[in-house]
Amino acid sequence: MSEETMTLFSPQLAARLDALVKKYPVKRSALVPMLLYAQDEVGYLSDAVIAEVAARMGITELEVRNVASYYSMLRFKPVGKYNVQVCTNISCMLRGAYDVYERFQEELRIGHKGVTADGLFSLEEVECIGACCWAPAIQVNYAFHDELNPDSVPGILSGYRSAAKQEGTRADA
Amino acid sequence: MPRLVSHPDEVKIVSQRFGQGAAEIDRYLQLGGYEAAKKCLAQGPDWIINEMKASNLRGRGGAGFPTGLKWSFVPKQNPKPKYVLVNGDESEPGTCKDHLIFLHDPHAVIEGTIIAGLAIGAKMGFIYLRGEYRYLLTIVEKAVADAYANGFLGKNIFGSETEFTIVTQTGAGAYEVGEESALMESLEGKRGIPRIKPPFPAVVGLYGGPTVINNAETIATVPHVIEMGAAAYAAVGSERNGGTRLFCLSGHVERPGVYELPMGYNLKKMIYEVAGGIRGGRTLKAVVPGGSSTPVLLPAEIETLGMDFDQVGKAGSMLGSGGVVVIDDQTCMVEFALRTMSFYQHESCGWCIPCREGTDWLKKSLTRLHAGFGVAKDIDNIQYLAENMLGRTFCPLGDAAAMPTIAFVKKFRKEFEDHLNGKTCPFAKHVEMAVI
Repeated sequence: MSEETMTLFSPQLAARLDALVKKYPVKRSALVPMLLYAQDEVGYLSDAVIAEVAARMGITELEVRNVASYYSMLRFKPVGKYNVQVCTNISCMLRGAYDVYERFQEELRIGHKGVTADGLFSLEEVECIGACCWAPAIQVNYAFHDELNPDSVPGILSGYRSAAKQEGTRADA
Repeated sequence: MPRLVSHPDEVKIVSQRFGQGAAEIDRYLQLGGYEAAKKCLAQGPDWIINEMKASNLRGRGGAGFPTGLKWSFVPKQNPKPKYVLVNGDESEPGTCKDHLIFLHDPHAVIEGTIIAGLAIGAKMGFIYLRGEYRYLLTIVEKAVADAYANGFLGKNIFGSETEFTIVTQTGAGAYEVGEESALMESLEGKRGIPRIKPPFPAVVGLYGGPTVINNAETIATVPHVIEMGAAAYAAVGSERNGGTRLFCLSGHVERPGVYELPMGYNLKKMIYEVAGGIRGGRTLKAVVPGGSSTPVLLPAEIETLGMDFDQVGKAGSMLGSGGVVVIDDQTCMVEFALRTMSFYQHESCGWCIPCREGTDWLKKSLTRLHAGFGVAKDIDNIQYLAENMLGRTFCPLGDAAAMPTIAFVKKFRKEFEDHLNGKTCPFAKHVEMAVI
């Protein structure tokens, strides 16, 4: 493990990635999950993350970028602490997803792929997330919120705001 | 948490353990779990494949290929290792059944994977979940770990000499990866670009070895087929369409949800009785019967339509992935067509030119038309473009984008014409800015 890894990834993540490459008959299969798990911790695929993943996989950075750029969940720019992903695909659209999406834009004062000034939230219009029977649905990071209407938006946001505040207090103490 | 629904007409086979806590292995065993795998281990591959053939079980991913026949295509003698690959990259708009299977019954997927492995002589299986299903991946990974701890997976499964291991995998956001050859590419750590066929995966698949790829619902059904017996399972469904199916009713219905109904169940009854009819007492305008890639049906076409692969095929559409999207009379079909196309334009992997350019062009045309800037020629042009994408791509994504578009134009031409010459959309609140 390189010196840089020590600061880039937590010991837990580094251990997880070490185990990941041994899981498959062919090492290369670890690439996509490795990128996703690294992104979960670091927030996005920074140049340092790409370089580290390339070193761990034994492939070039270009190959890593080539694969990473294909997947819509992998990103090369930071997002908010809570990334709000609003599905507007057909089943959600029919049940008012655009009204929900517009309410999020109004409340957060950002648009598609925007990040709030405090870095707490980002917003994204996404394709089907597999919650069609419980539409309209969103994901905040990996958590699903379903059967929404525009008036559920402030409650969801304040829930995450207070979660962040509590986390902050715990870190101070 | 996804809400569970039920209706007296349901025949609960795949969903019988939903809401019963069967994600815990002890509970799953209490409910009769892993007995089917033990039976298959004792009976051997030929018996399993014959049972699957006799059950008339057909692939639940969308194509409806007979499962037993697919398994029988795997060559018995092969120098390369064989694999089972479970497709849980559920991403066809309108479809959310695998979501519930992974949430409530992950061991059924594991048990089905073991049985598929025994049938084809594979020692390893993969369960691939889409990246958005991270909380479900956690559930599946715990279930796999529990199965190892109980000796149901590993070097000597159920105390036998047979080896079978399962590896879980996460995607990272890509509809295209739901296509079987792109799925293998993704699992091999590459961009999810489709492979040319033949060779088919049964001969040259994952890592070059013979591979059976099944949808998660198909695999979760397998233990139930063994348990009930093929004949009893086949008897539940209609001719050549065995058993039940998880239908995802969404859109403008009173009670949306995932309902398990026998194959061949009448679509009109499904909408008006099972799902409680059209929301707010409105009128039905159209139904997308099997996920966004299937051609739309009009109310007159669903009167006597039984929901199985053959009958829906005969009606000019497809049973697809079981995502029934119901549309009421307050909906703009041009907007609906546009939203569908935006999806395919976003998800086209860019490998085949007819799909990459076609979806983009169609999205632009539909955006312009919906915004009221269309000219009469656009309507024919949309149909012409879509028709020229059909059958000209490696994988079915091009067809998936073209087929519904052709149906929208054909069946709702009047509504397209009503948008021409600067007229504003009579329905939509949401109009995308047209960049001309």
